[in-house]
Amino acid sequence: MSPLTRNQNWKNTNKHNTARLAKWTLAWLISMAIANFGPLFIWQQDVLTIVTICINFILGIGMILANRRQLLGLDELQQKIQLNAMGLSLGVGLIVGLSYSNLDTTNLITGHAEISHLVIIMGLTYLVGIILGHRKYQ
Amino acid sequence: MKNRLKILRAEQGLTQAQLADLLDVSRQTINAIETGKFDPSLPLAFKAARLFKLPIESIFEDEQ
Repeated sequence: MSPLTRNQNWKNTNKHNTARLAKWTLAWLISMAIANFGPLFIWQQDVLTIVTICINFILGIGMILANRRQLLGLDELQQKIQLNAMGLSLGVGLIVGLSYSNLDTTNLITGHAEISHLVIIMGLTYLVGIILGHRKYQ
Repeated sequence: MKNRLKILRAEQGLTQAQLADLLDVSRQTINAIETGKFDPSLPLAFKAARLFKLPIESIFEDEQ
């Protein structure tokens, strides 16, 4: 096999892995919405709710495995950019999350600390980390 | 770490994209190595050495 053909395979594998991750993420996201809004708007049966939560959990595991495969398929610089972004996201998530929780437990904020707010913060931080990483190694 | 990747690539008449293809990495990675922003792993450095048929130390040089 020629090097060019081999690399085409490497690129195709990356595209395939990314598409696979997108499908798992979409499936997980839809199942999350169904598990959250189904009991509120569609059904009032605990059994159905448990089933949808279990499906959501299983799809989540699939998404993690697809993410792992996608990361392992990247080249070493791309992996470094991802690692830095994930480290930043984890650190910010931990610090902001605990401070947010402290604000809640000490009643310094009026509402409850929502996990969804933390997920948004981590997602945005990860996105910023990826953009900064790509700019750094441009 | 300094390297002669850009010179060797030019001598072979290769573009960054072509070299990236030959080394199974992205073009961004080749550019980052050439500009000294990123140091390649040993396997990638050896791969480059094999490609250019040169000893690894004649392509990559420790700056310390």
